[in-house]
Amino acid sequence: MRAEKVTSLRDAIARFVRDGDRVSAACGLEARIPFAAGHEIVRQGRKHLTLVGPISDALYDQLIGCGCVDAIEAAWVGNVGSGLGYNFRRALESGAIRMTDYTNLTLALGLRAAAEGVPFAVTRSIAGTGMTEQTAAFRTIADPFGGEEMTAVRAIALDVAIVHAQYCDRDGNAQILGNLGTTLESVRAAKRVIVTTDALVERDELDMPNLANIPGLLVDAVVHVPNGAHPAPVPYRAERDHAFFDAYAEASRTEAGFAAWRAAWIDGVADRRAYCAKLGNDRLAALKAQA
Amino acid sequence: MTPRATMVVAAARVIRDGEVVFVGMRLPLIAFAIAKMTHAPHAIGFFENGLIRDTPADGHVITMGDAPNQRGALVATTLLDVMGMLQGGRVDCGFLGGAEVDALGNLNTTRVGATRLTGSGGGSDIAAHAGRSVYIMEHERRRIVERVAYITSKPRGPVTLITTLGVFALNDGPPRALSLHDGVTRATVAAQSGFAFDFSGATTTREATTAEREALENADPTGFWTGS
Repeated sequence: MRAEKVTSLRDAIARFVRDGDRVSAACGLEARIPFAAGHEIVRQGRKHLTLVGPISDALYDQLIGCGCVDAIEAAWVGNVGSGLGYNFRRALESGAIRMTDYTNLTLALGLRAAAEGVPFAVTRSIAGTGMTEQTAAFRTIADPFGGEEMTAVRAIALDVAIVHAQYCDRDGNAQILGNLGTTLESVRAAKRVIVTTDALVERDELDMPNLANIPGLLVDAVVHVPNGAHPAPVPYRAERDHAFFDAYAEASRTEAGFAAWRAAWIDGVADRRAYCAKLGNDRLAALKAQA
Repeated sequence: MTPRATMVVAAARVIRDGEVVFVGMRLPLIAFAIAKMTHAPHAIGFFENGLIRDTPADGHVITMGDAPNQRGALVATTLLDVMGMLQGGRVDCGFLGGAEVDALGNLNTTRVGATRLTGSGGGSDIAAHAGRSVYIMEHERRRIVERVAYITSKPRGPVTLITTLGVFALNDGPPRALSLHDGVTRATVAAQSGFAFDFSGATTTREATTAEREALENADPTGFWTGS
């Protein structure tokens, strides 16, 4: 039987993201960050999440600032334009959240191990660095074939992966264009997958199988959310809204500044449609990517 | 030229024509563009988000994921594909930034005392696997230290350290100064460094050529990265 996967963002988050979940919403690195889904997580008041990287340009900082997060497993957390994630730094320095430090490669390897159902991956990275002290994530192991010592990276399983795609059909078959980051490994490492998409297309429009990188069999919910990644860039569709990121970085320097930002852009808008109306058509039109 | 502009031009010069360069984020994005537009037209750029480019970005970029860096990419693939090739030994030269560096080229981007920093990103992987590493940093006594507070990145190969004061070689024999920027004295470098450099072979950093200035202007037209 064919399950109906197309739903609203409110319903998708309500059904598939639970308190205490391990969530990745950062699979494209700076591109295609599912900001709309992240903001709905805040509005529904999810708590005790563990956020998994590798990197997030501001969304993770916002979720931390909104009190949704207990732990973070990532290689880099900040605002890529300005450098530092202020909520992240405040929360970590006050002990409100825990951090496991990965590198981009070790995090991706851990996700792939989980995706393939094996307990760990092997790498030459991080030998001799401070990260090896995190023995819940990394162990030094002998090469069973007699070579040099290696680092084992424990598999990084996810409860939920949230991905923003350019194109997706009603069954969750999605095409991601541009850089993929850890998208493929993350959706395969997750028990549940939510795809938000700029365009909801028919199956026969996905006529280049090399570009179909998420098979619908992995996907639980499909949500049509135009501009669902704003202010992140979406390859071939939208430029990065640099000014929006800069304003966020500036506002989040203080807790009061962040509270005002949250009131305006998360709690003060009912959904992404209202957020886009607040941004204005002119601003969104100016961000349309050149072909 | 601002100190940052001088650093970025010096960083561009480290890239040799035809090399595979792991570019990463922030200032190296501009250094790669300058190198491509001047002396290294055949360099190939790897980006950890999964992009491979044989041309500079098609416009001003803040992040490697921006539309001008996606447009015209040679390959758009996964992080594991690109960083797997890095680990496999395909990368000649990789760029990193950091908060602290020591005489052995160990780099800290994780924490200093109680202050939390951004973390490794791809930096630790780049240092571990690239043939040689290039670090771009402000030259301050609290950054150029005898021993880093936390080792985020441990370099496999020699390191070229490019700072606001000069260009230096680490992890390739005793630390040495390769060149000091115009007007910078050995005494200034010594006062701002937590370990000693051998200055015997140090020259003055060459002034930016017209071509380099034009490439910089083109890659960072608003001065976002290299302006005042």
